[in-house]
Amino acid sequence: MKYTEDHEWLRVEGDLVVVGITEHASEALGDVVFVELPEVETMAAAGDEVVVIESVKAASDILAPVDGEIVAVNDALTDNPGLVNEDPLGVAWFFKMKVDDLSVLDGFMDEDAYKELIG
Amino acid sequence: MADLLRTGLYDLHLRLGAKMVPFAGYEMPVQYPMGVLKEHLHTRAEAGLFDVSHMGQVILRAASGRAVDAALALEALVPVDLAGLAEGRQRYAMFTNAEGGILDDLMVANRGDHLFVVVNAACKGADIAHMRAHLDLEVNEITDRALLALQGPAAQTALARLVPEVAAMRFMDVAVLDWGGVALWVSRSGYTGEDGFEISVPAAQAVALAEALLAMPEVAPIGLGARDSLRLEAGLCLYGHDIDTTTTPVEANLTWAIQKARRSGGQREGGFPGAARIMRELAEGAARKRVGLAPEGRAPMREGVEIFASPDSPTPIGVVTSGGFGPSINAALAMAYLPADLPEGTTVYGEVRGKRLAVRITAMPFQPTTYKR
Repeated sequence: MKYTEDHEWLRVEGDLVVVGITEHASEALGDVVFVELPEVETMAAAGDEVVVIESVKAASDILAPVDGEIVAVNDALTDNPGLVNEDPLGVAWFFKMKVDDLSVLDGFMDEDAYKELIG
Repeated sequence: MADLLRTGLYDLHLRLGAKMVPFAGYEMPVQYPMGVLKEHLHTRAEAGLFDVSHMGQVILRAASGRAVDAALALEALVPVDLAGLAEGRQRYAMFTNAEGGILDDLMVANRGDHLFVVVNAACKGADIAHMRAHLDLEVNEITDRALLALQGPAAQTALARLVPEVAAMRFMDVAVLDWGGVALWVSRSGYTGEDGFEISVPAAQAVALAEALLAMPEVAPIGLGARDSLRLEAGLCLYGHDIDTTTTPVEANLTWAIQKARRSGGQREGGFPGAARIMRELAEGAARKRVGLAPEGRAPMREGVEIFASPDSPTPIGVVTSGGFGPSINAALAMAYLPADLPEGTTVYGEVRGKRLAVRITAMPFQPTTYKR
């Protein structure tokens, strides 16, 4: 598992990158009440705002961590946004991206580095 | 958080694991470990305990020693029938300005030989100065008492274990009740749409009272986050957001709080700041009105979202003053000021992140209230 400075986790599944948010991020957001997912087959550039999350407190975005094509989204979150709080590292993944070269993930933090970031 | 005030329950909030935030000059609990959503649902299902000690508590006394004289004096600042308020009863009111705008909203109780007034934390300094400047009354801010709110269907059961007399109180009754030698100033009211009580307690006994209530299985501590979603579902105004110096009571859809005695043809008609405008709006209606909005989707429409008449109209017709997600109705909800000629059921459009989302003008409250009348 890799981590971004925006508190997303990245997991490799075959030739895809699965993207979710960390427990730290889910706790900081508070209870999630709305998730807006991108269309599948969307091309995204690193840094694009591809998902909107609304919690009881505020709205925030999830950014595409790398360039690639969004090939799957987790529709379960639309009907049950609370999954983001219940199981952020498991069932509450947000989208899967197809990237040209998985080695692009090498530049992200590993778990130890992420833990250091969040103190 | 330098320069912020703390209530007497500050240490208890920390012990309970609260997340503290600045609010109206105080460091207040926004949520406890349960989280905003569960705190909200717990209050509607059982009972929630809120620290509202940041609010202003004020006693108004007339030289005559009669509450009715204090009430008649205070009527010069509010468009509300206070002389008609019976002893042991409380009423909602608002201070108006010369333009008919709202300086603050407040609760006024008749306690026999004086009035007891509760005002918003952010406005209390200005409110007290306003009353001292305009009223020939003794204006005494009570700073040695905390204020707790116990709200929800189990509130009576819980509080009656300590003070059995509360079971006989009705919505908006007030009473001074004895809790083991401590005088509690209790009102059957609140800010959640639920049955419940607000309890003014001497500061020295406030933590003990909170702990005695929290030890009961029905009672959980509730933070400002859930307080906001609860009052929003109940259709209640938050001062500084849904009402302020630019909104009149008629625009704010608070005409129910202006009794016949203060209206045209009433025994004491007018005679409050901004009466010319407010009386005219009572007779003719205001051009805009605070309404409830039910978004069709789940996306919350928060404060500041502009409302449009159609998906492509260029100019907004209003703006959201409060909005979010209602855990009990399991849907997004909002309040906005819109042209008064738009009837309930009309679909308008809120612009969220560049998209016009359909939203229906709806009656309030969003969640039925359960006051014990």
